[in-house]
Amino acid sequence: MNKKILMKGNEALAEAAIRAGLKGYFGYPITPQSEILEYLSRHLVGSNRVFLQAESEVAAINMVYGAAGCGERVMTSTSSPGFSLMQEGISYIACAELPCLLVNVVRGGPGLGTIQPSQGDYFQAVKGGGHGDYKLLVYAPNSVQEMADFVYKGFDAADKYRTPVLILTDGALGQMMEPVVFPDYNPDNHYTNHSAWATRGKSKNRDPNVITTLNLEADAMEKTNIHLQAKYKSIMENEVMFETIETEDADFLLIAFGLTSRIAHKALEMARENNIKVGLLRPQTLFPFPTQAIAELAENVQAILTIEMNAGQMVEDVRLAVNGRTPVYFYGRMGGVIPQPNEIYQKIKDVYHSSSKQISE
Amino acid sequence: MTKSSGHIIINIQKCKGCELCIIECPQNGMALSSNINQNGYHYAYLAEDICTGCTNCALICPEAIIKVYRKKKSKILKQPVSTL
Amino acid sequence: MSISQEGIHCNYLNEMDLVWDRPDTFTDTTLHYCPGCGHSVINRLIMESVQELNIEEKTIGVAPVGCSVFAYHYMFIDMQEAAHGRASAVATGIKRILPDRIVFSYQGDGDLAAIGTAETIHTVNRGENILMLFINNGIYGMTGGQMSPTTLKGSITSTSPDGRDYNQHGYPLDITKIIAQMPGSAYVTRQSVDSANAVRKTKKAMMKSLKYQMDGGRGVCFIEIVSNCPSGWKMTPTESNEWLRNEIFNHYELGDIKQLPKLKTNEI
Ligand SMILES: Cc1ncc(C[n+]2csc(CCOP(=O)(O)OP(=O)(O)O)c2C)c(N)n1
Ligand code: SF4
Ligand code: SF4
Repeated sequence: MNKKILMKGNEALAEAAIRAGLKGYFGYPITPQSEILEYLSRHLVGSNRVFLQAESEVAAINMVYGAAGCGERVMTSTSSPGFSLMQEGISYIACAELPCLLVNVVRGGPGLGTIQPSQGDYFQAVKGGGHGDYKLLVYAPNSVQEMADFVYKGFDAADKYRTPVLILTDGALGQMMEPVVFPDYNPDNHYTNHSAWATRGKSKNRDPNVITTLNLEADAMEKTNIHLQAKYKSIMENEVMFETIETEDADFLLIAFGLTSRIAHKALEMARENNIKVGLLRPQTLFPFPTQAIAELAENVQAILTIEMNAGQMVEDVRLAVNGRTPVYFYGRMGGVIPQPNEIYQKIKDVYHSSSKQISE
Repeated sequence: MTKSSGHIIINIQKCKGCELCIIECPQNGMALSSNINQNGYHYAYLAEDICTGCTNCALICPEAIIKVYRKKKSKILKQPVSTL
Repeated sequence: MSISQEGIHCNYLNEMDLVWDRPDTFTDTTLHYCPGCGHSVINRLIMESVQELNIEEKTIGVAPVGCSVFAYHYMFIDMQEAAHGRASAVATGIKRILPDRIVFSYQGDGDLAAIGTAETIHTVNRGENILMLFINNGIYGMTGGQMSPTTLKGSITSTSPDGRDYNQHGYPLDITKIIAQMPGSAYVTRQSVDSANAVRKTKKAMMKSLKYQMDGGRGVCFIEIVSNCPSGWKMTPTESNEWLRNEIFNHYELGDIKQLPKLKTNEI
C-alpha cells in the first residue's frame, strides 16, 4: 500500500498530473485554482517538461492546442471566468480531436461573481460550452483522493478517445486538505503513440499530418460531425461512472455530484436516523451521464431530490433520465453558498411527506 | 527556333492571367494571349525570342507555374580571366 | 494536362539547365488565392526556404484564419491550423513541446494585429524561438474586404465606405515597430513581394531567420511582408502593386528594422 499524504485538492491534482506523465502545462492565475499553477511551476521541471504561464486563458488554451497537436500529455486549469474565455479553443480542440486534460475549479457566478465554490458551470461543461456539436468527457470528483484519481483516468481516456477531458471541481474541493494515496502508475505503460496523426515533423515515408478544424464543404463537415458523435456514443457506452449509497432499500433518492454529494450524504444519514429510507446516487462522470442507472432507480422510489450549488442544471438531465417515472424535486443554493446538511434534510422531509401524501391519496 | 540564352515554359492551364510576369520581364518578352485556358483566364506566354533566363517572371508568378531554362554555363566564363 | 505552348518554342531545351521550377515542398494543388495575390508568392517562398535548408522533416507550420487558412494544402510539411488570432500561441505550444523543431507562424493583419494582438506581443515578449510571418495587406481579405488595424487614412473598405477616418477608427497600427523595440525579438524586417527583386529579398530574410532558429538562436524572427489584396482593394494585380509602391510603402517603409544579432558560440 502506498503512503497516505495529507494534501490540498488542487495540489493533489497537480501532483497526480506530474505522475501521469504530464509534459506541458499552460495556464493563467485565477482563484481558486492558482495552487495548481503554482504547484506545477515548482514541480513540473526537468528536461522535456514545460511549465508556461500564459498571458490569458485564451492564449493558454491555444498553447494547449498546439502542444496537444504534437501528441504529448498536456493540460490547463482555470476557474469559471477563465473557462468561459477558453470555450472557442476547446471547441477547436474537440473538433481537431486533440487529447488533453482541462480542469475547471468552479466559483460562483455569473460575472466576476465570487471566489466561493459553486456548480454553476454544469451546463457549460456538460452541454458543450463553445460553438458547435461537441462534448467533453467530464469527471466530477468529490474528494481529494478523486481529484488525483481522475487525473490518471482523464489522461488515459483523453488518449484513448483522442478527446479533451474535463475535471469539473470547485473551490472547496480544491482548497480542502485530505489524505491522498497516489497509485502505482507508470506513464510508460499507458503511453499512446500518437505519431500517426501528430505534427512532429513530416518523416520521409509519410504524407504531412495536418491539424485542422476547417471543412468548407457541408457534406465533409457533416462527416466530421458524424464521426465525433459516434465517438461520444462510444464514450456513453463505456465510460459512465457513478457511486450509489444505500440505494438498495431506498424509497427516496438523492442525486448530487461533487461537493454537494458529501453534504447530501450527511443529510441521508440524518434522514435514515429518522427512519426515512433515503439513498444517494452520485454521478462521477457528468458526461456520460448515468442515465440508465437513474432510470432504473426511478422505478422503485417515491421521489427524487436533486441537490446542486446552482439554480438547477443537472436536474434537467435527471428529469430526462427519469422520464416521468417519479417526481423530481430540486434544492439548490447559488452564488457560492454551500447548502447545509440540515437544509437538505428539511427539504427531504418536506418532499417525502408531500410525495407520500400524494401516494396515499 | 530560339536563339536566346534562356527560355521559359508556362503551365498555361494554371495561369490566372494576373500579368505580373509580363510587367516583370526586363526584356519585355512576354504577352497575354487572346485565347483562354480551361479556367477561362487569358494566359501569359513568351512572345519574343529574347529570354535571358533571368527568372524574374518565375519569382513573381503567384501560381509558381513558370519553369525557367538557361544555356549551360560551361562556356560562359563567370569569373574574371585574371582569377582563373 | 496538355501544355500547348503558344509563342516561342525551343528545340534545344536539353542543352539548357532548368534554373527555376516549383519547389517539391510546394504541392501541385491549384492555389485558391485570387489572381496576383501576394499570399501565393509568400506561401511558396517559405516552402522554398524550408526545402533549400533541408528542414522539411523538422519544420512545423501554423496557418491562420484568413485567406491563408488553407496554407496546409500547399505546404508539404506537418501543419496546424490555428483559431483566428492565435497562431503565435499555437506555435508557442508546439515549440515549447518540441524545442528542436523549426516552427513558423503565418498571419494576416487582422489575425496578428487585431484579434491576436495580445498573443503576438506576448509571444515576442517571451522571446519564443520561432519565425513569425506577418502578411500586411491592410484589409480583411477573407471576410470580404473590411477595414483592418493597418488600413491607411482615407482608404475605402467595406466598413469604411468614406475612407478610414482617424477620429472614428483610430490610427494604422504599426505593430512591427513595436515588436522591434521589444527585447524578445531577434530580427525584425519589413519586406514585400511586389517585384522579382523584392521576392529575392524576402526569401533572403526567411532563409536568415530559419537558419538563426536552426542554429539555436534566441528570440522571435519577425518578417512583415507588406502585400496586396487586389480583390479587396478593387484593383488589378498590376495596379495593386503600383499602389503599394506609390502609396503604401511611403507609410510602411521597407527594410530591416532590427538586425539579426551575431550568435555567440555558446548559443549554438
Ligand atoms: C473569432 C473569429 N472572429 C472572426 C472570424 C472571421 N474572420 C475570418 S478571417 C478574418 C480576417 C482576416 O483578415 P486578415 O487576418 O488580415 O487576413 P487576410 O484574409 O487579409 O489574409 C475574420 C475577421 C473568425 N473566423 N473567428
Ligand atoms: S505571373 Fe503566372 S499567373 Fe500571372 S500571368 Fe504570369 S504566368 Fe500567369
Ligand atoms: S481576397 Fe485578397 S488577400 Fe485574399 S486571396 Fe484574394 S487577393 Fe489575396
